[in-house]
Amino acid sequence: MQLALTHARYQLLETIRIPIAIFGSAFFPAAAMLFFVVPFAGKDPVAATFATASMVTFSVMSANIFSYGVGVAEDRQQPWDPFTRTLPAGPAPRFAGRVLAGLTITYLSLIPVVVIAATLTEARITPMAFLLALVTVAVISVPFTLMGLSIGYALPSKAAIVVAQLVFFPLAFGGGLLSAPGSAPGFVEAIAPYLPTRGAVELMWAAVGHYEPARLSLIMLGVWLVLLAALGGWAYRRDEGRRFS
Amino acid sequence: MTLARADRVSRRYGDVLALDQVDLEVRAGELVGLLGPNGAGKSTLINLLVGLRRPTSGRVELFGGDPRDPASRRQIGVTPQETGLPGTLRVGEVVDFVSAHYPDPIPRNELLDQFGLSELARRQTGGLSGGQKRRLAVALAFVGRPRLVVLDEPTTGLDVEARHTLWEAIRAFHADGGTVLLSSHYLEEVEALAQRVVVIGQGRVLADDSVDAVRAVVGVRRVSLTADGLPSLPGVVRTEQVDGRTHLLTADADQLVRDLVTSGVEFRDLEVRPTSLEEAFLAITTADAQPAAAA
Repeated sequence: MQLALTHARYQLLETIRIPIAIFGSAFFPAAAMLFFVVPFAGKDPVAATFATASMVTFSVMSANIFSYGVGVAEDRQQPWDPFTRTLPAGPAPRFAGRVLAGLTITYLSLIPVVVIAATLTEARITPMAFLLALVTVAVISVPFTLMGLSIGYALPSKAAIVVAQLVFFPLAFGGGLLSAPGSAPGFVEAIAPYLPTRGAVELMWAAVGHYEPARLSLIMLGVWLVLLAALGGWAYRRDEGRRFS
Repeated sequence: MTLARADRVSRRYGDVLALDQVDLEVRAGELVGLLGPNGAGKSTLINLLVGLRRPTSGRVELFGGDPRDPASRRQIGVTPQETGLPGTLRVGEVVDFVSAHYPDPIPRNELLDQFGLSELARRQTGGLSGGQKRRLAVALAFVGRPRLVVLDEPTTGLDVEARHTLWEAIRAFHADGGTVLLSSHYLEEVEALAQRVVVIGQGRVLADDSVDAVRAVVGVRRVSLTADGLPSLPGVVRTEQVDGRTHLLTADADQLVRDLVTSGVEFRDLEVRPTSLEEAFLAITTADAQPAAAA
């Protein structure tokens, strides 16, 4: 456990030394807040709160897909990675450290969205709901963490960057993150329940306001979890087998 | 006591047989040099011994256990062939990070001092020169007060002075009772440090002997000449006929030339050249195995 914290600390240090990495995952959601949420939904407390929850989900997704997808793929290319495997520790502390660091980056990348929501919109949230939302962030990080890890372990870093960029926008748009609950374009409403972003954002909406998540979205989120866990596990073992067998 | 052992170990990468039935034992207190040309299988053997890879067949042991079990690696320190340090971390941070894995690490300043890195403690590793990175990578092998250090070509890319600083550190560690396994393709380096040399070529152990014995073998020279029929000459370890030229391998080229002259045989175009490590070992081992196969 001590060792996991050590790994997390140095991974965070590595990330923070290149601040643009954190800035990147915080930028899109913050910009979307400023350009879409503030002018169009900012005056309506309920709409602004839901829209903020959507942007938080967006941010969680992009932070996880990028920090794991690109981060893991890059680490795999460095000879430092095999060196750490000669130290007297199994893969668990490094892995746990990576997840802790990823979660920390995720929370950091949310700060701009929350600050914009609190200062420039009418979005309101009770302290209890805020705490619940913080926990929900950790919960909905899980599928996107697994997605990032799958990308990172399966692909070389140049391909990982491209794939991360390719998946994150369709997931955000298709899952209805860019529109208020129930008011997305028709085809988005049709496909959204089948995307992991939908179940995730519905959980966020439920955390911050009166919203009943659709059963189909939650079931599909569970299906995605299982699929992504299997894919991530496969990619990890394949990588181990290739580099360390 | 045996600290590291390979027992009839083979390792295959696809179609390539990188190691072929290799036996090796490193006993406590030894300073063993693994000598061989690039691609001979030295790094593969090291990677098996430190648990980075699994053998295709055979057994590897580290302190009596499986090297892939983290507990077996508690008393080793490793410098891999490639220096990959996290570029954004500072030198001191990298040392602290590795220290965190050991119960009783050498204090940071003491370690940096020993390897002449004290001045660089605050620098990010990405900004170090190649030689400085290499010195840090070697220093990291010693952080955990290991009983066995495994160094894969530790001085590659270092200038003469840095190389000697490193040799001093390795000797001091050995003088304190530490055990060292180091690979190199420089005979000079192995001569300077090791007592025992294991020569590896084409995935096999070609020789496992004292430095002196190996030096005698590697000191083989090639005497080439054109002649019609030679008498049998003393001291020739191997004879080759290529395109009308006769090549004689011998440990004492001076004496061979004297013998040639006194034998009165007609010869032309005399040439004496040193053999490369690889050439010397392969010539001698294949000669031993199949004396009639001279090409």
